[in-house]
Amino acid sequence: MHLAYPAVLSALLFCTGLYGVLARRNAILVLMSVELMLNAVNLNLVAFDVWLSRAAEETLHSGQALTLFTIAIAAAEIGIGLAIVLAVHRNRGTADIDKLRDTAERHDSDGPDHDALAAERSDEDQKAEATA
Amino acid sequence: MTTTTLAALVPLLPFLGAVAGLLLGRTAPGFVRPLAVLPTLTSLVLAAVVAGRQGGGAAVDSATELTPTGSVPIELALHIDGFAALVAVLVGLVATCVQIYSTGYLRDDPRYPSYAALVSLFTSAMFLVVYSGDLIVLLVGWEVMGICSYFLVGHYWETPEARAASLKAFLVTKLGDVPFLIGLFALATDAGSFRITRILGTVASGGLDHPTLIALLLLAGVAGKSAQFPLHTWLPDAMAGPTPVSALIHAATMVAAGVYFIARLLPVFEASQAAMVVLAVMAAVTMTGSALAALAQDDIKRVLAYSTIGQLGYMTGALAVGDRGAAVFHLLSHGAFKALLFLAAGVIIHAAGTNSLAAMSRMRNLRDRIPDAYWTMTVALLALAAIPPFSGFFSKEAVLGVAEHVVTGHTEHTPAAAGWIVLVAGLLTAVLTAAYAMRLWLLAFRGRGTEAPDHGRQPLTMTVVLWVLAVPSLALGGFAFRLLPDWFDGRDLGPTLTTSVLGTGLALVGGIVTYAAWRHTTALAARVPLGAVAAHPEGDAAQVEAEAIATHKPAYGDIAYAPDPADPGRLLLGPLHRHAAAGFHLDAVYTVLFVRPVQAGASLVRFLDREVVETYVRGAGALPRWLGAAVRRAQTGNVQTYVSALLAGTVVLAVAAVLVATGA
Amino acid sequence: MILAASSATYLATGHTTGAAAQTHGFLSPTGVEIAFLLVGLVTFGAALVTVTTKQLVHAALWLVVTLGGLAVEYLLLTAEFIAWVQVLIYVGSVVVLLLFGLMLTRAPIGRSPDADSGNRWAALAVAVAAAAALVWVVVDAFRTTWIDLDGPAAGSTEATGASLFQNWVLPFEALSVLLLAALVGAIVLSRKAKAESSSPPVNAPATTKSSRTITESSGNAGRSEQEGAR
Repeated sequence: MHLAYPAVLSALLFCTGLYGVLARRNAILVLMSVELMLNAVNLNLVAFDVWLSRAAEETLHSGQALTLFTIAIAAAEIGIGLAIVLAVHRNRGTADIDKLRDTAERHDSDGPDHDALAAERSDEDQKAEATA
Repeated sequence: MTTTTLAALVPLLPFLGAVAGLLLGRTAPGFVRPLAVLPTLTSLVLAAVVAGRQGGGAAVDSATELTPTGSVPIELALHIDGFAALVAVLVGLVATCVQIYSTGYLRDDPRYPSYAALVSLFTSAMFLVVYSGDLIVLLVGWEVMGICSYFLVGHYWETPEARAASLKAFLVTKLGDVPFLIGLFALATDAGSFRITRILGTVASGGLDHPTLIALLLLAGVAGKSAQFPLHTWLPDAMAGPTPVSALIHAATMVAAGVYFIARLLPVFEASQAAMVVLAVMAAVTMTGSALAALAQDDIKRVLAYSTIGQLGYMTGALAVGDRGAAVFHLLSHGAFKALLFLAAGVIIHAAGTNSLAAMSRMRNLRDRIPDAYWTMTVALLALAAIPPFSGFFSKEAVLGVAEHVVTGHTEHTPAAAGWIVLVAGLLTAVLTAAYAMRLWLLAFRGRGTEAPDHGRQPLTMTVVLWVLAVPSLALGGFAFRLLPDWFDGRDLGPTLTTSVLGTGLALVGGIVTYAAWRHTTALAARVPLGAVAAHPEGDAAQVEAEAIATHKPAYGDIAYAPDPADPGRLLLGPLHRHAAAGFHLDAVYTVLFVRPVQAGASLVRFLDREVVETYVRGAGALPRWLGAAVRRAQTGNVQTYVSALLAGTVVLAVAAVLVATGA
Repeated sequence: MILAASSATYLATGHTTGAAAQTHGFLSPTGVEIAFLLVGLVTFGAALVTVTTKQLVHAALWLVVTLGGLAVEYLLLTAEFIAWVQVLIYVGSVVVLLLFGLMLTRAPIGRSPDADSGNRWAALAVAVAAAAALVWVVVDAFRTTWIDLDGPAAGSTEATGASLFQNWVLPFEALSVLLLAALVGAIVLSRKAKAESSSPPVNAPATTKSSRTITESSGNAGRSEQEGAR
């Protein structure tokens, strides 16, 4: 079989997962996309292992061994990742990635929108107190 | 000890006293007074011993070079001839008197330690100037005096007058010091040395290339230091300092430094006829102008200040006709009686609670309250007015005699024109001097009106000093004019008949006319009440004086002037009175010529700095700030954006790496 | 579609190289290749639907299709053990976990209009550029490389097990420790709701410590939770 088939399929799957990671809003969908990327890598590993086990003398089947490891690590990652997403959802009421903006620039040094932002924030605080 | 060692100790002791006084001033206040008086007193004794050993014989010369300093060597040199020895004794005497007087005058002053240390430092610097045989070392003392003068005039720095006066004194003398420094360098370059003896040797052999230029440059510095026209304006304002400071600095020593400097280097000036004429004109304008101004002043210390300027004019006049013996003779006698005048004026100000003559003329019995000041001041004023047999008579007649000598054709280096200028101006000034001395005496001691305020007995330290100084004022001239030629150049200093009769007669005329005018105007004094009096029976004299200075301008509208119709000076001067009181508006001229352009330049520079330079600086700051704001917008907090940018960069880098690797 | 285009160009170039490589002709593709290509198309299509669908649960289900397709590809590549592991772990457990996660986060059933964030177009650009670069490089590099699938299977259970327990024992054991750590970590992260509501347990000091830090962080986050609720 032509080696380019699995290689190209792997590349395309990887980029699909990449798009998903970058474009999806829900954290669980992002995790799914990460799984896609990992599987693309796995396919690459398996394909090259099969190729090299015929072409080279001694390969120790490293590709397949690493694939197994990757699968195991992916399982661990999905477990931890879901736990984190659940924790975030519990604390913030949302699992949307683009609402988790704690590292954003605060505009508190200068700039015209500082006051407006502060007023807005204090409004939010008041509303929060009112609802609570 | 050798004479050289003794002479070296003379400037050193007050210097050490000043350092110790500054160091111990706060920690050990009990040592401050001994540290102020004793070194100066010792220096006086040592200076007298040095003078006795030198004895008018050959000059004592000694030099040591500390370290090579380039092309023209600078040496620690002593050059003690008769002039130096006697002037040092005068400096020591006046400084000692002033230090003793100050212990009483600034009895309760919290800044007395630093004041006494500065006076000691000043005395040390004056000794250095007097004894130094090297011009650069002399310049060191010269400048130290300038800075000490700045601090001492500004002693009452709480009052704006004192602050302005100290700044003015410093700036005006520095204005003269810059050409002075250049002149010194030019002189040393021509002579190849800073040593006075070598310079005089060069001059004697005619080796000076630019005598006129050098002499005029040096004259600028002398005019600044010795308060000669046109750089004299700082001296009347410097009366805002304490009275002992006025006595020491602005009467007896510092202003004498300029005259003394010319006396030392007289051959350099004599090498240029033009410089001698300039010197004569300067002396004449200074003499007559300052005497007119003195007649119109209301502040007693300003009268004395203008009088100092006038007497210094006599000295420079004597130098202009080429006789340094007469100049230094007058310097010695003037130093004694002018110090006495100032110190007595301090007592009067304390007793009267005012420095205004107009206010004093409305006080009864002032002379009975301070008999010591009354009698000693009378002696000093008679000396000032050159009435025989007081010391001022002999020294002034020596000056006039020399001028007459030149006029009658016995010229060596001096143009006859200089003789005429000095003689005429000197005789004219004799009239005016007697007039303002008479006016001062009448207004201060012959006042009538309310009782003078009681400030208690004057401290003993202040009154004893007056009598000590009264002795040379009274008797110095009569003995000295026979002895001094041995110490000086050997020229006869005795009074000649013509000038004696002429001078004394003119002085009497001036005094009598003033007395007549006073009789005429004094009736007005009762009708026009005037005067503000500071009464601090418990306070020391300095406190009274500081208050008097601070209140003069609010009370009378001007620092030098009082609207007093009972003033005989007003009657004598007529329409000239207003201009004379303002010092002939020289300050206004300076304001237009120098102060305004400098201020305009300063505001231009400020404009350039604030508006032009700052704009570039702000622009340089604004660009990064805008860039930073733009970059900050990228920090949205959205992790996906960050990862997108990261991966986009990775792709670009990977493609670039592949392209490079494949050689595309 | 990209796959189709690239394989089309690839087939076109295969005309010229096919003559040189007598044993592997493109014009006469083997059955394995055709099967691989078809399953690959299905897999890729399912992956595209997974990352683009607006129904979150459907995305998980399409992920099952993708992962299953990959398992078939592994089989075609004679890596049978990996294929069954893939089916067991991914399709069997990971997707189930994801579905649980979706439900626990109260993901909406049905179409949700905001499934994609505003970063979509930048993501698309990056992904397309990366795909173009990768496909170009991979095709350029392995144009003339063939896999020999004849003979004994490369990834039989026997071969895999032999290599795994002869050559990869130590990493394998280390991996087991990692899995244990992940297990414990997931439990700790999931327990914090209880720790927050009830009093902290007294049995394990490590747990107490971690729960305390979590309490603090959740205390900080309380306000934003309120905002989110609002």
